[in-house]
Amino acid sequence: MSALAASTARYRHGMEPFATVLVRRMFATWHDAAISIVCLAFVIWLLPKLIGWAFLDAVWSAPNATPCIGGAGACWAVITARWRLIIFGLYPFDQHWRSGLACLAVVVVVVLSCVPALWRPVRLSLLWLGGFLTFYFLMRGGVFGLSLVGTERWGGMALTLFIFTAVAVLGMPMAIILALGRQSELPAIRWLAGLLIDTVRALPLLTVLFTAAVILPFALPDWLIGDKLYRVIYAFALFFACAQAEIIRGGLQAIHAGQLEAAKALGLGYWHRTWHIVLPQAFRNSLPATINQFVITFKETSIVIIIGFFEVLASGHAAYGTGDWTSAYAEVYVFIALIYFAFVFSLSRYGAHLEKRMRLGHD
Amino acid sequence: MMELTALLRSGRFRGWLYQTAVVSVACLILISFVVTARHNLVAQGITTGFDFLQRSTGWDIPFALISYTINDPYWRVFLIGFANTIFVGTLGLIFATLFGTFIGIARVARNPLLNALGTVYVEIFRNVPLILQGLLWYAILTRLPSPRQAISIWDSIFITNRGLYIPFVAMSHGTFLFIASVFVLAGFAIALLPRLAGIGTSRSGFRRLVRTALLTAAAIAVAAVIGARDPQAGLITIPMLKGLRFEGGLRVTPEFTALFVAIVCFGSAYVAEIVRGGLLSVNRGQLEAAGALGLRPFHVYWYVRIPLALRAIVPPMGNQFVWLMKATTIGIAFGFSDLFMITSTAINQSGQTIEILFIMMSGFLLINYVISTAMNALNRSIALKGYETKGT
Repeated sequence: MSALAASTARYRHGMEPFATVLVRRMFATWHDAAISIVCLAFVIWLLPKLIGWAFLDAVWSAPNATPCIGGAGACWAVITARWRLIIFGLYPFDQHWRSGLACLAVVVVVVLSCVPALWRPVRLSLLWLGGFLTFYFLMRGGVFGLSLVGTERWGGMALTLFIFTAVAVLGMPMAIILALGRQSELPAIRWLAGLLIDTVRALPLLTVLFTAAVILPFALPDWLIGDKLYRVIYAFALFFACAQAEIIRGGLQAIHAGQLEAAKALGLGYWHRTWHIVLPQAFRNSLPATINQFVITFKETSIVIIIGFFEVLASGHAAYGTGDWTSAYAEVYVFIALIYFAFVFSLSRYGAHLEKRMRLGHD
Repeated sequence: MMELTALLRSGRFRGWLYQTAVVSVACLILISFVVTARHNLVAQGITTGFDFLQRSTGWDIPFALISYTINDPYWRVFLIGFANTIFVGTLGLIFATLFGTFIGIARVARNPLLNALGTVYVEIFRNVPLILQGLLWYAILTRLPSPRQAISIWDSIFITNRGLYIPFVAMSHGTFLFIASVFVLAGFAIALLPRLAGIGTSRSGFRRLVRTALLTAAAIAVAAVIGARDPQAGLITIPMLKGLRFEGGLRVTPEFTALFVAIVCFGSAYVAEIVRGGLLSVNRGQLEAAGALGLRPFHVYWYVRIPLALRAIVPPMGNQFVWLMKATTIGIAFGFSDLFMITSTAINQSGQTIEILFIMMSGFLLINYVISTAMNALNRSIALKGYETKGT
């Protein structure tokens, strides 16, 4: 142990190369050595197989699946042949650039939201609303000479991103209202908000979406039924709002009571207190958990495949399900998993970074 | 007029006004829902009420823990769905917790290689949607060789595209149900006896109670299996290829395996993060003090670090358990008959939309309630008590 600490200290002072420290740590005691050898054996066994499958023996492009048959490697040719189907779904082929631009707009919005200079309620709302509208009009068309494409033809990654942004844009205001309702001084409102939040949170997301898609038309008058996609998005937004409301409530409860008393003493009314004193601090307190909630929501958008939407998983299904690519299912799933991974991993890394940065001020 | 403005300026009056408005809007929405739904159902010739629970269903369920035929009534179908959800959820939770704890410990280990492997595992399985993982496992499982070309391990375990066949204790559905209910009773005894009968209120007394209850249940289970066995067949059945399929043994369907593996992989990645957070939350001074007292590293871990970490681990773990239990609903994507799949099939077949929705929601609310109550009780029982809190 002391030898280890000494070596770490020497490394810190630039006296020992990193590799030496690494090796010393791997073989510090006899059971560390045993664990290292087992792990090393596992890595040596797995890594060549993985690299062989994914790179060395892989078929990168082919007009059909015949070169893949009997091969030991991955059949990435399915991606090169069908990537447009996976990303854009059944969107009209010559209009794919619109779908691509729309996806890019969402990515830009998400990246810009990570810039602290934009963390003002008005700026953030404008950014997200603007991004959402850009996406919507690019996809739907009907303006600026773009041809009209109905939501029933939206699909793939674009649909996934549409559901995600729509849920975020609709759900966030709902979450704030619900969280404030639950903290309200009026008992009936507090109780109703609590009942709604607790019931929805106790149910699986899938059942909420299923209710909206299949059962709600029974209980709505004809003029309110609308498109299935929008019903599902509203239900998803409600589910998101109920989870997010609890996160904001955590942020609200962490605000020092003196802040509110000071605001009251200054004669500020409820809305002024809430908008200028309470909410900014609540959001700051709950920022890491909020990012986490966005990450979870993005992953959960994949569930709409069960309700019958043609999002990225379903288009992946179609990509390997038709023609002669049926044996290339794993490659398609790995490709989609990589897309999700890229989004989710970078967002959650950013959340962790933020959490660390915010903690610095407190310790 | 003056009076009205004065009234409107009074905070109390406005409070009442807001509340009445919100409550009446909520009531209005609810009533319009119910009226429209009733109207539409009557138009379709469906009578509302729970009488349909006694009707026979006429459709089959691929995976049932309780014996089932297509002539059985609806209430039995819901019972099966509920049991299936609990079964796959509980098994998934247990293995995710065990596996996740191991990985969480690996992630705080000093050994850099072990550490790196743990990190890679967590990042892969946490950042890919659960349903994608489930679909991938299911696609792999259904593309395994057919029963005739089965992969066999020691001629007793067979891996095929029709499922996994393993040797198992021979028992009928009735015996299985009996054993399951004995264990549920034991669980109730552990949960209720301390409060109702005052048994096991102290920490050691509670441990004794848990031990006694579980051992008794296990003894009864063994006795039931031996007592109800078929004298000709023996105690254990081994799967054997007969024609195109296997007979004997236990068949684990690909739907179940895919859901179970997905839940364990995804869940263990999250559990690992919770365990890691808990282990890191333990004050270094406490560990150094334990070391200074001459405890061996393993003892420091087992007697100091883990007990202290548990207090930070249990609350988020409860949320994770509830989440995973609800996540079993994604099994419908590849046809695992959990409560949700049964619900949607039943709505399709019978049209009793509102009643069935009510049953399903009650089922999930009950599951939620039980898990959160149990985790709260656990949290209370491990909380630092009285004098122990001093000095931390």
